[in-house]
Amino acid sequence: MENNLITEDKQKNKLEKAFEILKTMASKPSGLIGLTIVLFHVVLALISPYIVPYDYKAISPNTMLLAPSAEHWFGTDSLGRDVFTRTILGGRTALTVTFFGSLIALLWGGLLGIFCGLVGGKIDDVVMRVVDAFLSIPWILAMLLIVSLLGTSTEVLIPALGFFYGKGIVRVARAATHDVIAKDFIVSARARGHSNMSIIWNEIIPNVRDAILVEGAMRWSWMLLGFSSLSFLGFGVSPPTPDWGLMISNARGLMSFAYWSVIAPIVGLSSLIIGINLTADAFAKALGIDRSTKAPV
Amino acid sequence: MLLLILKRIGLGLITLFIVSLITFVGVEVLPGDACTTYLEREAYGAALDACIKRLGLDVPAYERYLDWASNVIRGDFGYSLSGEMPINEVLGPRVKNSLVLASVSILIGIPLAIVLGIITALWRDKLPDIMISTITIFSMTIPEFISATLLILIVAIWLGWLPGIVIIPSDATFYELISNIILPVVAISMIMTAHMARMVRSSVIQVMASDYVQMAILKGVPYWKMVFRHVLPNALLPAINVVALTIAWLLGGVVVTEVVFNYPGLGRLVIESISNRDLPVVQALAIILASIYVGINLIADLMTLMLNPRLKSLQIRK
Repeated sequence: MENNLITEDKQKNKLEKAFEILKTMASKPSGLIGLTIVLFHVVLALISPYIVPYDYKAISPNTMLLAPSAEHWFGTDSLGRDVFTRTILGGRTALTVTFFGSLIALLWGGLLGIFCGLVGGKIDDVVMRVVDAFLSIPWILAMLLIVSLLGTSTEVLIPALGFFYGKGIVRVARAATHDVIAKDFIVSARARGHSNMSIIWNEIIPNVRDAILVEGAMRWSWMLLGFSSLSFLGFGVSPPTPDWGLMISNARGLMSFAYWSVIAPIVGLSSLIIGINLTADAFAKALGIDRSTKAPV
Repeated sequence: MLLLILKRIGLGLITLFIVSLITFVGVEVLPGDACTTYLEREAYGAALDACIKRLGLDVPAYERYLDWASNVIRGDFGYSLSGEMPINEVLGPRVKNSLVLASVSILIGIPLAIVLGIITALWRDKLPDIMISTITIFSMTIPEFISATLLILIVAIWLGWLPGIVIIPSDATFYELISNIILPVVAISMIMTAHMARMVRSSVIQVMASDYVQMAILKGVPYWKMVFRHVLPNALLPAINVVALTIAWLLGGVVVTEVVFNYPGLGRLVIESISNRDLPVVQALAIILASIYVGINLIADLMTLMLNPRLKSLQIRK
């Protein structure tokens, strides 16, 4: 019973802390704008299937390339599909893929980084060499190769993106672990005879969590960029899935007279990426982590 | 010092060796070999046998790796499947075109970034900073293909000032290239400048807050003299590494930009070779792009090492 009370208390504290962080983030205009944009996109992604006025894959020769009007707010594309419908459904595709991708990246990158930082020695050397080697292959080449050989279903895309964007997190998690590992509480946990697993779980993770989460938030926006670039090049999700990159690439050839079908997905994608970036920056500042001097690796 | 440089070069070579292993093993492990993926439905009978013979796929994998690696070291990447010619001949003009694009972007981007970074740092949180910082955030977060598409839409289609896409063959002369690369250069240097300007800004702000700058102010050193003599040399040094990483990181973005503008460089070759499932070319590209990345980082490390006397006697941190 008493135990229960303590955990409840702890959970309340955690919620309060999260609320505090959100409040600090929203106290600056850039953070507030970022949070608003991200919230808007997330809500839209959740409710979009229920509010769209048209079927996203309904092709009709009668409604080809119509300019924006009362029936078609953002006009129609070259196959007569409603651009408004496809744009707000596109956010759903992008957010789903990149959310799960980032989750995978955070998990494997974070855990491997912590492990390497803690163990050190030969294993650490070898793993870091391999991570370096992966970092030096341009992401786009590796992603394109995987996708072109394994196919472009989301079951391939999500793990592939998660894998490729996790390798940078390994370095951050490892560096953060190095910072805490020399502290007294780790030494005393060792002296108490705790196992490596228990030290990782109880002592290291609570101390490196912030740094890894901030990095993950940043990776999220890069992954969104990478994912939409892949779709744009024709190696992302396959048509007729509503996806911003794909929409931009399809509408690009006709933009000299039907600019609306390229503007809508551009606004959607740019606003989401900027929103995530502003939020990640505000998140980093609220947690007291400076990332202005970091290079985009 | 010499030992340190040698160690750096050694680490770079090890990284490249692992890259070559990764690309080779990756192509081996993924379903289908070079011949079946390239020939697709025609992968049977005489055509398949001929292809396997030509690529030497009938010998064990490790022998092929050793063979391939020793050829690569001698500068021979083998045969392209789709072009039916040596990969070196395919690569040559592409490398030149990409080099032209990259160097023009860098020549414009780096000075611009330094100037913008200094302006935003010295007028921190004032109007110039807010304006420039907002623009840099926009241009560094928006994907390359979006800024490139918007550039084409606005400059080429609505204003009609410049041609929207590059329509020159890959073996065009230098002068033909120069007149065609304005829009691609703008698209690439926009992002590069934004990243570097932010870095310079925070670096200058950091140095401005340091003790020796306070000391210079108290001594009565004139403001601009202090900026140029005491602040900039110390602030720009750490920027070198970031510049290198930014350039290397752009290798990925250049691929997309080249495709949007139809520019015949290495980036478009990446897409073409993957669409054609020309795995030997893909392998060659992976090694080349990784070498550029490793090379740029190595140069940046060495430059920081040379320019910073404090590091000469120390082991620089990894």
